[in-house]
Amino acid sequence: MESLYCTRHRAHREIPPARRRRGGCRGADHHGEERHAATGRESTAEPSSSIASRGGRCRSRLVLLVSVLSLCTRFYRILEPAHICWDETHFGKMGSYYINRTFFFDVHPPLGKMLVGLAGHLSGYDGTFPFVKPGDGYEHHKYWGMRGFCALLGSCLPPLAYLTVLELSQSTPAALVAAAALVFDTGCITISQYILLDPILMFFIMASVLSMVKFNLQANRPFGAPWWLWLVLTGANLAGALGVKFVGLFVILLVGLNTAGDLWRLLGNVDVPLVEFGKHLLARVLGLILLPLSLYIVIFAVHFAVLNKSGPGDGFFSSAFQSRLVGNNLHNASMPEYLAYGSTITLKNVRIAGGYLHSHWHLYPEGVGARQQQVTAYLHKDYNNLWLVRRQRGEDGERSGSPDLVRHGDVVRLKHKETTRNLHSHLQEAPLTKKHLQVTGYGFNGTGDLNDLWQVEVCGGRPGDLVKVLRSKVRLVHRSTGCVLYSSGKTLPKWGWEQVEVTCSPYLKETPSSQWNIEDHINPRLPNISLAVLKPSFLEILLESHIVMIRGNSGLKPKDHEAVSRPWHWPINYQGLRFSGVNETEYRVYLLGNPVIWWFNLLCICLYVVMATAVAVALQRGVALSRQGQERCRVLLDGGGLLLLGWVLHYLPFYTMGRILYYHHYFPAMLFNSMLTGPGCWGQSWLTRLCNVAWTLGTVPLDCFSRCCDSLFTLSSFYLFHPLSYGMRGPLAHDPTSPMAGLKWMDSWEF
Amino acid sequence: AVGTLVPTTVRYCTSASLVYRTCFRSVSFDELYYGQFVSLYVKRLFFIDDSGPPLGHMVLALGAYLGGFDGNFVWNRIGAEYSSNVPVFSLRAIPALAGAFCVPLGYQVMVELGCSHLTALGAALLLLLENALITQSRFMLLESSLIFFLLLAVVSYLRFRNNSGVSCWGWLVLSGVSCACAVGVKYMGLFTHLLLLSLAAVHTWRLIGDRTLGNMTVAVQVFARCLALVVLPVLLYLAFFFIHLNLLYRSGPHDQMMSSAFQASLEGGLSRITQGQPLEVAYGSQVTLRSVSSQPVPCWLHSHKANYPIRYENGRGSSHQQQVTCYPFKDVNNWWIVKDPGRQDLAVSSPPRTVKHGDIVQLLHGMTSRFLNTHDVAAPMSPHSQEVSGYIDFNVSMPAQNLWKVDIVNRESDRAVWKTIVSEVRLVHVNTSAVLKLSGQSLPEWGFRQLEVVGDKLSKGYQPSGLWNVEEHRYGRSQEQKERELELHSPTHIDVSHNLTFMAKFLELQLKMLTMRNEETEHKYSSSPLEWVTMDTNIVYWIHPSSNAQIHLIGNAVTWTLSNLGLVLFAVLFVWHLLRHQRRSLDVSKDAWRQFAEAGAVCGGGWLVNYLPFFMMEKTLFLYHYLPALTFKILLLPVVLEHLHTHILRSPSQRRVLEGTVLAALAAVYLCYRALSPVTYGQPELNSTQLASLRWRESWDILLRRH
Repeated sequence: MESLYCTRHRAHREIPPARRRRGGCRGADHHGEERHAATGRESTAEPSSSIASRGGRCRSRLVLLVSVLSLCTRFYRILEPAHICWDETHFGKMGSYYINRTFFFDVHPPLGKMLVGLAGHLSGYDGTFPFVKPGDGYEHHKYWGMRGFCALLGSCLPPLAYLTVLELSQSTPAALVAAAALVFDTGCITISQYILLDPILMFFIMASVLSMVKFNLQANRPFGAPWWLWLVLTGANLAGALGVKFVGLFVILLVGLNTAGDLWRLLGNVDVPLVEFGKHLLARVLGLILLPLSLYIVIFAVHFAVLNKSGPGDGFFSSAFQSRLVGNNLHNASMPEYLAYGSTITLKNVRIAGGYLHSHWHLYPEGVGARQQQVTAYLHKDYNNLWLVRRQRGEDGERSGSPDLVRHGDVVRLKHKETTRNLHSHLQEAPLTKKHLQVTGYGFNGTGDLNDLWQVEVCGGRPGDLVKVLRSKVRLVHRSTGCVLYSSGKTLPKWGWEQVEVTCSPYLKETPSSQWNIEDHINPRLPNISLAVLKPSFLEILLESHIVMIRGNSGLKPKDHEAVSRPWHWPINYQGLRFSGVNETEYRVYLLGNPVIWWFNLLCICLYVVMATAVAVALQRGVALSRQGQERCRVLLDGGGLLLLGWVLHYLPFYTMGRILYYHHYFPAMLFNSMLTGPGCWGQSWLTRLCNVAWTLGTVPLDCFSRCCDSLFTLSSFYLFHPLSYGMRGPLAHDPTSPMAGLKWMDSWEF
Repeated sequence: AVGTLVPTTVRYCTSASLVYRTCFRSVSFDELYYGQFVSLYVKRLFFIDDSGPPLGHMVLALGAYLGGFDGNFVWNRIGAEYSSNVPVFSLRAIPALAGAFCVPLGYQVMVELGCSHLTALGAALLLLLENALITQSRFMLLESSLIFFLLLAVVSYLRFRNNSGVSCWGWLVLSGVSCACAVGVKYMGLFTHLLLLSLAAVHTWRLIGDRTLGNMTVAVQVFARCLALVVLPVLLYLAFFFIHLNLLYRSGPHDQMMSSAFQASLEGGLSRITQGQPLEVAYGSQVTLRSVSSQPVPCWLHSHKANYPIRYENGRGSSHQQQVTCYPFKDVNNWWIVKDPGRQDLAVSSPPRTVKHGDIVQLLHGMTSRFLNTHDVAAPMSPHSQEVSGYIDFNVSMPAQNLWKVDIVNRESDRAVWKTIVSEVRLVHVNTSAVLKLSGQSLPEWGFRQLEVVGDKLSKGYQPSGLWNVEEHRYGRSQEQKERELELHSPTHIDVSHNLTFMAKFLELQLKMLTMRNEETEHKYSSSPLEWVTMDTNIVYWIHPSSNAQIHLIGNAVTWTLSNLGLVLFAVLFVWHLLRHQRRSLDVSKDAWRQFAEAGAVCGGGWLVNYLPFFMMEKTLFLYHYLPALTFKILLLPVVLEHLHTHILRSPSQRRVLEGTVLAALAAVYLCYRALSPVTYGQPELNSTQLASLRWRESWDILLRRH
């Protein structure tokens, strides 16, 4: 034992400075050794209290060290390049929207962008930079605050990983390995340095995992102050993770599974009375369901309170929603109250994100029903959404005086204002929904045929009722076939400009898809009346915005012939993402994980699975183990299992997703992978130690040797690949004069 | 005695009920789809079908073989009358038999799960009187074979588990075999296979924990199970493909989707052309270059007498040189001549000087004598890449940039020779190091909608779209342009050995089947999985051309409702028992609980794994996809009822009430079967009012002929 300790100590002198500081820290080393040693010495033989306090001090120093290293690597050259990189164009722009309080639509929940906006606001950015496209220079605009905020949260990841692994494995070296894997990973550095949602998301994920682990450790002191603290922190961080991106659902699932297992064990403990169990259950419901839910709702409440001006996202939402926005034409709207003949109107589908009835100068292509003009539903406000309400008989009655009003049961024609075609349907299959009929624009200058006639029905109305603008839900029943105008919500292919399909449904069930409301109403011959539109309640807004977001997310399909990233590419680091610059002359940043670290991570995950299986089978076969051995197995199976589950949950679901995927989606999973590398390494050291014992190579401690190798490899690979994060200039890597020459280990890397 | 007698009786009943009037002679619904493959099997023509592995089609083709079908029938219209050469009965007999055997198998599953014979009989009755299963079995469709193999796999695994001794290993092997067959019929079978595997894993885990057994015994047991349930199915799956590929040895309708090497291995088609053509490409060779990626369609490097427009629609300019495209049809304009830049002659010298990896060549278009060229001009559709053009020196300002380095990607050594069909070649432009690549975009009208070819400067690794192989090849003989155009003589050099290994063919075919994307279209009778549980939808399989007689896929509504109830009841009981078990206060005996849980895992699990995956699928779905799940769900109902009867209900009077209810329910099931049987069997013909009264749900589509 003693000799082993000395050789370990000697070995530490040869490792690079980052690790050498530990050399002086005998307490920590000893402490780690304590838990590790294969020679089963009883811990009571040590003066444990003083060791523990020294160990604690040393650990906090190590946390500090990790944090400082992580801050240095993340903040180094953070202001370069001084132009928009990759998705900064979206998230920076959305941050500006918060500062300007203009309403917009995005597929992600608002917390991340709100924080970006807040950081920008606090650092003196005024929200005037337009963020048009990647590559635009920032000039005098203050972008450091937003980037710095993201980098700050990104720098928290290694210390959080360190603490999590430390709690799970009780082994300082394992924790250090995990932290080092994150500190020196070029991918983690790059993704933390720009105005992106990912560092914020990853921060909340890691924070909730750490709080959950800490909470698990409090299991034997339930309902104490620390127990509550960690429970509440877990809940709060979960809300944060979900508030940034829906990927946060995976960490919620992880915590949920962990909690369910926890409760299940508690239920199986017959010593715990049911009332006690009920209290536990209630506390979890409170801390892990109700609290995150209410925080999440609060985030949205702030979001809606801040964004009160009309902006680019209006058209995605219902008329009622739009009336909340200052500057929207429905805000304090004033228009003729009842629908009249001769009016120009827009029709909005009542289904959430249903779009406006739209037509344009393009025909349905060959083979898709009749070759007549397309009629679609379109989400944006556009002059092609305007329709004229005309009488059945064609003549609009250019009489003076107030025009006639449309009543429930009236038969009308709808003329498209721009193309002068009538809304038309006939016995042809609709393009996508084959059970429905096709809707087209037909005729010229308003003359058509009998298939252009539509009967207006107010939902819940009686014959003779007037049609109220905005408030009435209207169904348009096709006169000759009896079908009803319907928006199926399916996106048309390219020929339909990826707008939404409109059909005529033979099923007369009342659904929001077959109901329309009149949004704009222009009739100069009628007096305008100010309409106090029914303001939607907060819960309605919340529900609506979620449905719109989910629709938007699933609508992000890969375009034809676009190079797509596949989930199997990610763990093997197959292909990165260009953050900035393409050509030799430009300043290039390339998001790519440090290949040495990533491949080592992958190796460790395989190693871990093998070891865990072996250990589980051994336990099941009833192999006799010492108390320490059992302890070690428990750490390996429980702690490692939790991390493996985290990796699986953050990785495998991507295989089932239909939406377009990118390389950076792997980063949350990569965090778990790196944390697993710690215990994996630890297991590796266990193996090498077994070899040690077997070969009695006391003088050549394989263990230290392998660890030194690990750290050397990590550092040298970081040195080699750091230009990926901190910027490259000059020729591309296939050129021998390039600084990256010889580093293009895979043909698929693009630097 | 009961155990054998009952299933036999049941079997005869079902066979009778299924074969009954199988013989009406019209194409119904998906027979149209499977029928064409049966014809292709009979004619031994190669095809690709992405809907499933080949075993299902082969089973149908077996029926055709037994009935002596010659494959001559045009499968183009549902409802068309079969011509006299189609052995309708034998085509439909195998699915019908498989469907008939499902009933006794269901019976056997119940028995193996520890239920009484009476319960098992009830289960068999429910399956027997299930209209949807009957309809589906009576046509040339795959579901009944799939359900048959699934049930067989479950039965044999349970037999293996319940028995001991040597014979039980036979059951294990049978289980593995039927799993493989189920997967071979439809990919969906995989999920039930996984369910059985996890069941086996749980059982094996208990075995490992059994400390009375020696380590060696345990190891042997585990090994045997792995062998029978994992290795054997994989081998069998390969065997299906082996048979498939051996049966279909002639070139067929889908040849062009496969690589040149694969096509050359088929009799007729490409191999007729490539037979006897020289293997090694030499200077002076006349070649056609096929894009390896075949995305979006297979095509050949092409050029024609038309130039790029001076200005595109968006105002960008072009070089106004001759277009180079990729053309999806065989054409005389697909021929290129490999030329040595240092020499003038265009014929192959004797002996031929072969082109090797790393050599620099020029490619001359055979008909127009333009050189393949690329330069720093933005390509028409992909402005980030370089335009590729056909260049001839007219002494204008544009210099020639027509040298290409031959980079053989799948070379064995660095001096490998460029070989016909086999070599995948990247053509790297010498001046700009751009790679000749198929961009995947179509050119507009001026390019005759052909595919765009570009020079890609940012080449990244192995990209099939940047790879080309020589497909047709002959050694050029004449120097004169006119003669060359007429040059048609057949070459007389060494043969290419086209023999792809089976594994190479299998991998290519399997990959193609999995990645083939059909245009997503909604069918008139397609439905979403949510509609299946409550049977909100139906499918019209056939309607008589003149009368109202029609066949629908409509399930027995009573059975569907009852099985849904059974599912809910099971879930409630299971959760309750589970909670009680965890609190160490179980109401029923440990054995009863274990039996209940296992039956739930098999039947309830079977329902889940055959149902849930459909929510993830993006393909067009139909009600018949639900039938495997439905079978398991129906089997769950008797399990729950028996558990209620023997373990939950205490007093005799309660039990009597339950027995009465069950009898009444069975009577209702029978009545419903009777009521729906006209649309199940297609006869007797009903009049309009009777049909209208059958429309129990508004969403059902029952056709009324207007007279």
